This record gives sequence, structure tokens and C-alpha cells, in this order.
Amino acid sequence: MKITKEEVQYVADLARLTLSKEEKEVFTTHLNDILMYVDILKSADTMDVEPMSHVVESAEAFRDDVVTPSIGTDAALANAPDHNGSAFRVPRVIE
Amino acid sequence: MELHEHTIHSLEERLREGEITSLEITKAIFERIEAVEDRVHSYITLMRESAFESARQSDRRREKGETRGPLDGIPVALKDLLCTKDAPTTCGSHILENFMSPYDASVVEKLRAAGAVILGKTNMDEFAMGSSTETSYFGVTRNPWDLERIPGGSSGGSASAVAAGECIASLGSDTGGSIRQPAAHCGVVGMKPTYGRVSRYGLVAFASSLDQIGSLTKDIEDSAIILGVIAGHDKRDSTSLPEPVPDYRKFLGRGIEGWVVGIPEEYYIEGIDPEATEAVERAAEAMKELGAECREISLPHTRYGIAAYYIIGPAEASSNLARYDGIRYGLRASGRKQLIDLYRSTRAAGFGAEVKRRIMIGTYALSSGYYDAYYKKASQVRTLMKRDFDDAFGICDVILTPTTPTAAFRLGEKIDDPLRMYLSDVFTLPANLAGIPGLSLPCGFTEKGLPLGIQLLAGYFKEDKLLQAAYALEKALPRDQRRPAL
Amino acid sequence: MEFEPVIGLEVHAQLLTNSKIFCGCSTKFGAPPNSHTCPVCLGMPGVLPVLNRIVVEYAIKMALAVNCTINPLSEWARKNYFYPDLPKGYQITQYAYPLAEHGWVEIETNGETKRIGIARIHMEEDAGKLIHDEKIPVSYVDMNRAGVPLIEIVSEPEIRSPEEGADYLRRLHEILVYLEICDGNMEEGSFRCDANVSLRPKGQESFGTRTELKNMNSFRNVQRALEYEIKRQKYILENGGRVVQETRLWDDAEGATFPMRGKEEAHDYRYFPDPDLPPLVVSSRWVEDIGRTLPELPSEKRKRFIRNYGIPPYDAEVLTSSRALADYFEAVAARCGKSKAASNWVMGDIMGHLKEDKLEMNECPVAAESLGDLIKLIEDGTISGKMAKEVFEEMWRSGKEPAVIIKEKGMEQITDPSALEKVIDDILAAHPTQVEQYKGGKEKVFGFFVGQVMKATKGQANPTMVNDILKEKLGAL
Repeated sequence: MKITKEEVQYVADLARLTLSKEEKEVFTTHLNDILMYVDILKSADTMDVEPMSHVVESAEAFRDDVVTPSIGTDAALANAPDHNGSAFRVPRVIE
Repeated sequence: MELHEHTIHSLEERLREGEITSLEITKAIFERIEAVEDRVHSYITLMRESAFESARQSDRRREKGETRGPLDGIPVALKDLLCTKDAPTTCGSHILENFMSPYDASVVEKLRAAGAVILGKTNMDEFAMGSSTETSYFGVTRNPWDLERIPGGSSGGSASAVAAGECIASLGSDTGGSIRQPAAHCGVVGMKPTYGRVSRYGLVAFASSLDQIGSLTKDIEDSAIILGVIAGHDKRDSTSLPEPVPDYRKFLGRGIEGWVVGIPEEYYIEGIDPEATEAVERAAEAMKELGAECREISLPHTRYGIAAYYIIGPAEASSNLARYDGIRYGLRASGRKQLIDLYRSTRAAGFGAEVKRRIMIGTYALSSGYYDAYYKKASQVRTLMKRDFDDAFGICDVILTPTTPTAAFRLGEKIDDPLRMYLSDVFTLPANLAGIPGLSLPCGFTEKGLPLGIQLLAGYFKEDKLLQAAYALEKALPRDQRRPAL
Repeated sequence: MEFEPVIGLEVHAQLLTNSKIFCGCSTKFGAPPNSHTCPVCLGMPGVLPVLNRIVVEYAIKMALAVNCTINPLSEWARKNYFYPDLPKGYQITQYAYPLAEHGWVEIETNGETKRIGIARIHMEEDAGKLIHDEKIPVSYVDMNRAGVPLIEIVSEPEIRSPEEGADYLRRLHEILVYLEICDGNMEEGSFRCDANVSLRPKGQESFGTRTELKNMNSFRNVQRALEYEIKRQKYILENGGRVVQETRLWDDAEGATFPMRGKEEAHDYRYFPDPDLPPLVVSSRWVEDIGRTLPELPSEKRKRFIRNYGIPPYDAEVLTSSRALADYFEAVAARCGKSKAASNWVMGDIMGHLKEDKLEMNECPVAAESLGDLIKLIEDGTISGKMAKEVFEEMWRSGKEPAVIIKEKGMEQITDPSALEKVIDDILAAHPTQVEQYKGGKEKVFGFFVGQVMKATKGQANPTMVNDILKEKLGAL
């Protein structure tokens, strides 16, 4: 499978990454190398094999519906690059 | 022997006998750090003040007879992806350069509760993506045995700190070998427990279904001590399991007579250094002498491991790293008037090349039209690899393999060739895909004087057997008193 | 060409749990921004989700109420996209293996009943909220809502008209509120609806290109938006155009839908199983236990009311519109034994007064038993229907029992025959002219006598008895 520069751009858009021209070149090459290598998977016989997405198949992992203390607005905003003291600030979101 | 050269258990004894205080040990470690850190660069952040305070508290507890166990007063280091309230947690990334976690990771809570003295946060490949600690935003870490070589990665700083005497023991994380591979390269013991054995709460995720926290120590007994402290169910991690935590130290010294040691034929691959193979042979010989039977076994799907791993890991990573968007914490690119530009520029500026590369692979593998061919296929192969191990552990008690195909490579040697870099994880990542515990312990040196490691693997939650075998082997291998010449 | 609308509705209902779906933060609405947050719902590095058991129980309740099959094994998935209100860059939801599937609800449009299939019900986390600054081009992000539990109920594309759509929504809403798992508040967003709409030539099997409608925050708006969108698509198709697959927002003020500007890029959500949450196992025993706690649902209740109380379908519909109202009616009817009278009083006086005073059913100042007693007092002739209205007003004001009010005001009817006879005798004696007129065949004068009796007794004479005694006396003269 050959990944094109256009596909690399599409993936970069999905992942919200600006790529420089050089990066696009290098990533196209690297991604192709890696995907070519990964093609080895095709030769594995996986007919009727369930995919394994968890090591832990199932667990009784529940919480009770009990309110626990929140950390508070100040702590929530403490690491934020931009806020107004009560909420995170971002460029206007257009809907 | 100098203080920084001691193990946990030897210091434990000397503390108990009142021959020394935690403050003295901690001071000795910081002196050692001052002496070697500019050459090795194990740490991103040092926590000198809080470390001395913890040491004093530990000494006061000891005076009152309130010592909390074997780790009380012992200086340890944390890989910088374990969240701490009192020091930044950077994950080796520009994007988290100034991030202060509002909470402590579960393992950090446990270490503090056990009285450990936390020295600082160690260097690592950015977001644990790498096998050389060269992708850190905060500069490379060097191998204490040869400063021109990599310490391995991604827990390179945790491994080099133990090897260089910059801490007594450390915690790292292992997603595809990130504890075991640097342990092998730095001549220390590295252990990755069973997935679900140690809580991941507060471990900044790289690949959530593969990540596991473990220890880097000077010997097997120290590994047993640390595992005893950090293992156990945590309600905050739904993938941790409520298996009882045995007293792992009790299993040390019991021997392995009559055990079956499996040696997978598939691990003799092309490109493996003959010296690495010889290390395994030495270990096999030693185990035979201990009364174990070495048997060749087959793990037939081994050859798919790297491919499956380099789909699943990046796929999960692409999602785990989506939260670094410059809104709630972390770096934000300045002067962006449009939200979309803010996202793109922040992430472009905040992530390094390897992280971007993996985000790209993972995003591609999950994207519309490719999911079945990549992610699903890799997950099916994962099932097959897990079955391989299930079958193998039906026959044998532990599996013996090389930890890495070669000893530590040179700085810069593979950094521009990602695929070659990925291949260095070939022996370690199957344990992550299956979720079983694995351990690397030193087994001699190359002709050039670089440490070699061998890997032992055991079945789910069989850390007791793993440590029992490793301890026996450690004692049986010829003692080499070499130290890094720093 | 005649076109047929094909409509599918996706309903998001916030569940009435105390805490969020994956952390212990409060779900209370209206708190100061970002005060109900913690590392988990802020998507801080290193955090992990832990599932709130009650969320699963509530979702199972709804699934059972709409006849779904509960899957013994379901799976959590990540839906990946970037948006400032989405803290982790992905939403934890269910995708390939939802909690429940293959259900249905019955709707009734223009007297015809029809089943609308429910494709699936799954659980997920809500996102935060964006507040747009009015002066400068910035938005503010409040994560209080991030992690509030939601269930998404996805209908089959079996809805064929805006009326059916609105009716389907009302049914779902009613059930959710009956189950007490959602407050159903559409304005605050605890009950939200998106619609998929397409047209196809009548008789055609395959679907046309659909649009997705959002931002309809009332039943009326859903119906209006569907009507508008059907008209819009019809116009396009009839003029040889093609419908563009897109998301459109309903603009209430304009009464029209407009394409959404923000999220125009491809929907490539890269769903995959969430590695942080093990697959969800739901045992049949758990489902049975939850099944036993289900209340009688509105449709069953309606049928029972018609059957057991003999009230008209319209009354049953109104009276079952909320559980509290239905319970109230049943208590009134049980007390007085007169279901139609009970229904009239509850639907008329009670509902009217509640509306006027802006009270909820549980705030009603008149206890159901008291209203039942009042109806009994009318039935046994203690007071007239007219007087009862007066008594009711006083009950509403003071909360007193009807018997007490009647006594205090001396409103009981005079039903003692000897007392009435005496009054009548006096009146007949005082009006000889009128008595003569009556005897001469002028029967209209009868009314005059009744009026005099009522006047003399301040309206408290029992009218039937007055009639009887008057007739008897006049006849005997």
C-alpha cells in the first residue's frame, strides 16, 4: 500500500498537526516504510479470530453513584494558558 | 562500597541497624548526582528540598519505631510521566514543559505512604515513544557505561540513574520494552509486571492497553521489594485486577529445580548479535545447573509482533495525545485567531518528530476505510500471540530470551531510521501485547564492555515465579564487579 | 411526483444521577463555571475513567421500557474529534456493541397506532459548554457538563411525518420522565433531539440523501424544523436539484434550517474500543432485578384507566401525562368512587388552578383525599355543585377539609323534611294570590315558590326535597 502526500495531509488535518514541507516529505517516506513493513500482517491467518482490545476481558469495575469533592475552579484553571478566572478562553468557536 | 552503590535491601539493613540515616543516604545520592549528572543527564527535574524533608521525616519515624517498611528512607527516582503534585510532570515533551499535575499518581501515593524519598523525575523519550531517550525535549541521556551510547528507552533516565548511582532504584513504564530494554543496556534489573498488576492511574498514557508501570533496580531482591509496594488493585483504574499481592520476597531463594524453561526458537532472528545469543546460552546453562530443564518451544506468531505493536501502540497514542490541545493545560501557540490554527500550531510546536510520526501512523490506521486492514487485523494478531503464550505456559514455567538483539547502540545511530529503531523492541514487545510479566536481568558484557541483558517471561500474575527464577539465576551467574567508569 | 419523508430521530437524554458517568463530580445544573470538575472530567494527563453503576441501571431501565434486547456484553469506544468542549479529544461512548438494541415504542397519530422501531440505546458522556463572548471574538469553556451521563436513543428511519416525529418524541420523553431517570427539560438541554431527514419517491425502497438537523429545543420546534426541511428538500428535488448531505441548524426566529458552518470537515471519528474500560458485562439476573423495579408505563396506564375507570380516552391521555397527576387522580377516584367526576375535577379545577398558580402537581394545596371527600359531599347531596365550587376555592386557599369549610360557613343543605315543611307552609300562607294562580293551572308559579324557599333558606334547602314537598303540598290544597 502506498500512502500519498495528499493522504498524509488528510491525516495531519485529522490529527490537527501542521506539517512543514520537509516534514511532509519525510513523513510520507517514513509512513510508507512502516506501512510496507506492517503489510506482513496480511499473511497472518486471522479467520474467525476475535480481536484482542483488552488484556482484562471483563471486570466488576464500577463506582457507586456518590458525589466526591471537585478540585474547584481555581485548581481546574491553574494550568490553563488562557482563562478569565472562571472559564478557559479560546478563539471564537463558530457554529 | 560507597553509599550510592548500595541496594535497597542492604541499605534497609544498615538503616535498621542504625549505622546510617536516610538523610545521609539522600545527601550521598545528591553528591553523586552533582558529580555525574552533567555527563549522564538522567533527570529532568530534581526535588532536592522535598527529598531532604522526606529523608528527615523518615529518620524521625525510625527514631520513634514507626518505620513503614523496606522502602522507608530509600531515595528513588520517578520517570517523568508519573504525575506528582509537587514537581512538574513533563513526559519529556515541550507541550507539557510547565505542567503541574493537581494529583499524585497511585504509585506515587504508594511510594510516599511507604516512606520512600523521591529524588526527582527522570528523562525519557517524549511521551515514552522511543527506544533511546533521544526524543526527549530536554536533551539526550547518555549510557553510564559508554557516554557515546544511548541508555535505551523510553525509561532511559530511570535506567541510567540506577546504573550511575544517581538513585537507589527507580520507577519506569513499559509499553513495548521501555523498562526492560534500557535495563539491559544499562546493566540493571528491569521489571514489567502483568498488565493490571499495578495501577496506571496517574501514569500519563502512551498506549493504554500496553502500558504498565514497573521498577528499575540493582538486583532482583530490590525488584521484589518495589513490586510488593506498588502492586495491587486500584478502584481508580478499571483495568487493574483485584488479585492478592503475595510477599514476593518469600519466593526468593527457593530454587528452580524441576522447572521447565522455554526457549523460543523464533527468537533466534536475523540481525541478532552473537553476543546476545551467547548471553542466553550462558543463562540457560546456569539454569540447567540449578536443576531446571531447558526446552525449545515455539511462539509461532512472534514475527508479527512488531507490525501489530506499531499499529496498536500508535493508534491508542493518537487518541491519548488528542487532549494536548493548548486549552486546559500545556503549551499554547501564541497569536492564533482561529481555533483550528491554534490546535495545529500548538501541536506542531509542542510535539517532537517521533511523537508526530506515531500520531500520524495511528490516525491513519484508525481512519475511515483502513480500520479493518490495520487496527482490527493487528488486534486479531494480538489474540494469536496471546494464545502462543497461553500454550507455552501450559508446558513451561518461565521463558528465557535475549532482552535486546544488540547491546546499546551509538547516539544518533538509528534516530533517523524509525523502522530500524522499532526493531530493537522485537523481544520485549510480545509481553506487552499479551499482557504477561517480563523481566530483564544483567548477564555479562560484550567484548567492548557493554552490559548485556537476558529476559525472563512468566504467565499472568506469576510475578512470584518470575522473581523466583530470576533470583536463582542472578545468584548462579558469575559475579562481575564491574561498575560504569564515570 | 409524490415524495415520502423518511425520518430518523436521535435523542440524547441526560440521566438523573448524582455524580458524573466516569468520576465523582456533581451533575447539578447551574453551578459556577468549572466548579464541578476534577482531573478525570477535565481530561488531565494520566487520569482514567471508572463507570458509575447507576448509569448502566438507568440505561437498562429505559431499554426495557422500550422493549429492547439488552446485550450481555457491550463495549466502550472512543469517538475521536477535536472541539474545545471535549476535554480528552475523544468522547467515551458505545459504538460497535451498544448496551441495547431492537426495541420499539407505539405512537398514535390521527387515531392510528404505529410502532416505531428503536435501533439502539447506548451510554456516553456529555461534553462541556461553550459560552460565546458578545463583544470580542472569543469563547469560554465550562466543563461542568463534561462527563454528565447521557443515553442516546436512536430510532429506525421509520417515521414518516413531522407529526409522527413529534409524537414519537413525546412518547420517549414521557417514558424517561415516568422512569424518573431524566428530568426531560428541553430548554436546559437534558432532553435533546437531532433528526435525519430525507425524501424518496413514494414506493421507492432505497433512501434519498439525508440532512441532519440540530438545535431544536422543543417538541414544537422539532415538528416545525421537520416540516420546513421536508418542504425545502421537496422544492430542491422537484426542481431537478440534489440534496446535499450536511448538518443543518434550526433557527427558531427565522423558522428555517441553515447549514452549520463550524464542523464542515469530514466526519472521520476513528472509533476504536476504549482500552481504559473493560467490556461491560450485564448478567440476565441484573436485568431481571432492574425489570422488577420498573413502574407502570404511560401506555399501559392509559389502557388501564380507560378499562377500569371507564373514562374517555382523552381523559386517560391527559391524566397519564405525568405519574404524579395519574397517582393523584387515582387517589381521588378511590376516595369518592366516582371516576368520571374525579376526572372532571382533576382535569378542570386542579389542573387549571395549578397552571394559574404555576405550581407542580406535588405542590398542590388540595390533598387528593380532600377532593374525593368534596365529590362525595356533592354526590350525597350535602352541598350543591355550585356551592362545591365555592368550597373548592376555599380548600385551595386554606388547605382546609371540605366538611370543615361547609360547617364554618354554614353551607350544609337543609334536608330535614319537617324543617322544610315548616318553611314551605309559611311561604304558602304568605302568598295566597300565587297559590290561587297555581291552582288555576298557572304552573309557572311553581318556580316562584321554589325561589322563595331558597331565599328563605339562603340557598341551603335541598332542591329535590323542596320540589317534592312543594308538589305534595300544592297538590293537597
